[in-house]
Amino acid sequence: MNARVSASVYTSHVPAIGAALDNDKTAEPHWEPLFAGYEPSKAWMRDNTPDAIVLVYNDHATAFSLDMIPTFAIGTAATYAVADEGWGPRPVPEVQGHPDLAAHIAHSVIQQDFDLTIVNRMDVDHGLTVPLSLMFGRPDSWPCPIIPVAVNVVQYPVPSGQRCLNLGKAIRNAIESYDEPLNVQVWGTGGMSHQLQGPRAGLINAEFDAAFLDQLIADPANLALKPHVDYLREAGSEGIELVMWLIARGAMADLAGGSAPTVEHRFYHVPASNTAVGHLILAESGAETP
Amino acid sequence: MAIDKPYLDIPGTTVFDAAQSLKGYWLNQFCMSLMTADNRARFLRDERAYLNEWEMSEVQRQSVLDRDMNVMIALGGNIYFLAKIGATDGKSFQQMAGSMTGMSEDEYKAMMASGGRPIDGNRYVGEAQ
Repeated sequence: MNARVSASVYTSHVPAIGAALDNDKTAEPHWEPLFAGYEPSKAWMRDNTPDAIVLVYNDHATAFSLDMIPTFAIGTAATYAVADEGWGPRPVPEVQGHPDLAAHIAHSVIQQDFDLTIVNRMDVDHGLTVPLSLMFGRPDSWPCPIIPVAVNVVQYPVPSGQRCLNLGKAIRNAIESYDEPLNVQVWGTGGMSHQLQGPRAGLINAEFDAAFLDQLIADPANLALKPHVDYLREAGSEGIELVMWLIARGAMADLAGGSAPTVEHRFYHVPASNTAVGHLILAESGAETP
Repeated sequence: MAIDKPYLDIPGTTVFDAAQSLKGYWLNQFCMSLMTADNRARFLRDERAYLNEWEMSEVQRQSVLDRDMNVMIALGGNIYFLAKIGATDGKSFQQMAGSMTGMSEDEYKAMMASGGRPIDGNRYVGEAQ
């Protein structure tokens, strides 16, 4: 029995969400509706804890300065320290990696013509730890190993939606060729509409976000064709993070000829700090990939 | 062939591309140095002396002293780097983003609470609100 992809999870990774959790503000009126939206997700995660998570996120000028800007980087380390992004490190557990599966994915994906950068040491920032907090709450240790996949969406040019979808397909192939019967989830994080800079800061486009979620579920192949400028103009300069969701979506069975996933949970909330928060859980429907 | 930049007609927005990155290299690298408590303390003790250690232009140094984020961005700063200055000052991302809009902190907070800045009128430079 080989490893398999069982589900994909999508969520925004707003740093203020981490701060609200870490400072016990989740019951405050501004935050309560947001955290309520993730209660079903935490229950689902308790019932569906995987053996490993491939977590796609972007580094926010934390591990990667302007000295080196890898487009796609995979972490193959045993552990990842929680970064000090300027406010001091978040009080959350250190992240455990899965070096063997990560090395296998790197090997397989690079041989499928994706030039991944291999990272043996990096600190992980809110892009990776906030999704873990939203889905797992505040445990003493994270319940499974994490393989970080960092995508450059900070300095242009960033990878295209099509490239991201194709990388997801390659990651699926890699997981399915790993010869241990592991249950693996692939997560895509960032977004939804938001802009953190300039006089247009605070932009939210709920109509764009709803259409994005609909199309991500039902028609990812065409969503992947959306040009960058559409994200920038319609979803704000930092809304471009949404291309990362296509990596997780590309790892699902229907893009390899299998059946469509089921929607286990869908949630949308405005605002968290400056940002529209979107969240989806898509589970494989159980039919085998041919 | 020149690099195609179809994003230049988006109002109130500076896309952090290679040209901006080149201008802002040292400004952004200075920001990276604020990821340790020791450096944050040293910066706050004598900002001018700390900034003088970096190969930034004088206008870049002044924009940091002024905490003028729109100027820092025009001079090649990127928000995720500049956020480390805000963090050093104990500010949130909402306070930092709001500071660039010409709105007061309370006005910006109220706009976000009521659904954010609308997209209509904000797609193209010169578009009527």
